[in-house]
Amino acid sequence: MFAFIIRRLIQAIIVMLVISLVGFSIKNRIGDPVRDLVGERVTPAEREVIRDRLGLNDPFLAQYVRFVSNAARGDLGLSFFHKRPALEVILSKLPATLELVIGATLIIILVSLPVGIYTAIFPRSRLSRFTMGFSTLGVSIPVFLTAIMLIYVFSVELNWLPSYGRGETVDLWGWETGFLTWDGLTHLFLPSISLASITLPLFIRLIRSEMMEVLETEYIKFAWAKGLHARRVWLVHAFKNTLLPVITVFGVQIGIMFAFTILTETVFQWQGMGFMFLEAVERSDISLLVAYLVFVGAMFVVVNTVVDLIYGLVNPTVRISGAS
Amino acid sequence: MTIWWQRFKESYLLYSFRRDRVAMVSFGVLVFLILVGILAPLAAPFNPYDADSIDIMNSEIPPSWMEAGEKSFLLGTDIQGRDLLSTMIYGLRLSIMIGCGAVLLQALLGVMVGLAAGYLGGRVDSILMRLADIQLSFPYLMVAIFISAIFQVAFGIGRYEEMAVPLLVVIIGLAEWPVYARTVRASVLGEKNKEYVEAARVIGLSPGLIMIRHILPNTMTSVLVISTIQVANAVMSEAALSFLGLGMPVTKPSLGSLIRSGFEYIFSGSWWITLFPGFLLVILVLVINLLGDWLRDVLNPKLYKG
Repeated sequence: MFAFIIRRLIQAIIVMLVISLVGFSIKNRIGDPVRDLVGERVTPAEREVIRDRLGLNDPFLAQYVRFVSNAARGDLGLSFFHKRPALEVILSKLPATLELVIGATLIIILVSLPVGIYTAIFPRSRLSRFTMGFSTLGVSIPVFLTAIMLIYVFSVELNWLPSYGRGETVDLWGWETGFLTWDGLTHLFLPSISLASITLPLFIRLIRSEMMEVLETEYIKFAWAKGLHARRVWLVHAFKNTLLPVITVFGVQIGIMFAFTILTETVFQWQGMGFMFLEAVERSDISLLVAYLVFVGAMFVVVNTVVDLIYGLVNPTVRISGAS
Repeated sequence: MTIWWQRFKESYLLYSFRRDRVAMVSFGVLVFLILVGILAPLAAPFNPYDADSIDIMNSEIPPSWMEAGEKSFLLGTDIQGRDLLSTMIYGLRLSIMIGCGAVLLQALLGVMVGLAAGYLGGRVDSILMRLADIQLSFPYLMVAIFISAIFQVAFGIGRYEEMAVPLLVVIIGLAEWPVYARTVRASVLGEKNKEYVEAARVIGLSPGLIMIRHILPNTMTSVLVISTIQVANAVMSEAALSFLGLGMPVTKPSLGSLIRSGFEYIFSGSWWITLFPGFLLVILVLVINLLGDWLRDVLNPKLYKG
């Protein structure tokens, strides 16, 4: 087990080094920190002095080592546009994105569990067939189109829900939250639905197929034979055992959902990390762009490593197959 | 030729195709869309790239069946006064082109990596597959958005838009090759210890020749199955990138950038600029997905024997 942890940690560090190398080369080749600092109206000679003082004329490797050691201490450079440390800018946008993901996750759980169970128990009912057909269609609709259609129906035509922004937020120990005000919740509604729409069909199908498989097993037959109540067989005996694979996939899908927040945030002008990233691209704010790359990369690496380690604890075969 | 035709006519593939109505309809729609795309200059009533035929006075005309609509613009016009139907047809052509190009590149990269990793094994295998694992641990859309953002900043927006088609092919190709690498490697591992490979090795063929002439054809089934789904994915990725402004420019719109340009006007009630291209995109992707599902069911021997 110890060897497994070490191996997994070394791999995580290597990946982080690769990401930081990519980030640093972008910064080094494309960005011009001197221009970021002083603008265009400074003579070349003065620029050269500043370059020297900032160590920008050092060899590539020396600069890279400095970049990594700064990054390890949480210093990812200054944002050219915001004139603030890039990490600070990113962290100030993080709550908005997280709330969006949480909202979508809640919707997925609340919808996919009952629908998945229902379609597994009554696969031939009309409602089940309709749901399955609809889920095939759902996979083929891009998330931004769902979002636009929701806006068109609920904001433009019906005028029920707001179409952009986060609405009123409350400061909760430094966390700007929209969960606590009615206005914030109504603003959260459409973005969460459209973000959930991308993975919802997948989960309904997954829960359905896992549940159907479990319903065929011997112990379920035994439970029926014992004369247990139908609800008890379905919800306690069968459902419990469908959960494990579902939770596994759920972990992966949250990561994918995170990527789709960039699209959802663009449509709804949601002031989160994805929106900030696209603004940084449009403004050629390279240090912010690189900081985002490194930050998101680190997030994924940490989550993946933790998940793998937990797997290793729970399931010994992972440890052994990873050794070969 | 006639023997091939005979074999195709008696194949299980064709048999199950003719029994599956969903597959037949999807195939028909897909062929129709591809034909319209290829023949865009003939099929479209106007040429949206020809600045002479565009009149800004014609902008935002609703579809012809609505009150303010005009007969010559069947689905209305967009904000620049281009006929929406023609622009959609040209956009469809771009989307299909980029999707297929990107999948070809993915397949080329992935098949080479997968073959090498599976057949050579050892250190080559572990390095290449670790690389694929690492990339797969990030969502492919995230990778594509990152690469395109970097390209756009590196080339500048003007040059990026000029070279958008080949760049998008490269971006989407680079973002999704690990899927192929994994699948091909898995089937190579299944093939590599069979007798015919051993026989080839015994007569002294070189590893390269064995990989390409003997093993590769036997991995083609799985490549074909994922290719259909991957085309749908690539079309979706292209649309997403274009929607974010990291893809095709508005002057040469794909379906994604057409939706993007229409989205700004949806609040003033011009729904058709967004919804018609969106509808076409959904149909294209849906049809490819349905065909992919069918192909997977038919070609996966585990499923049809069981």
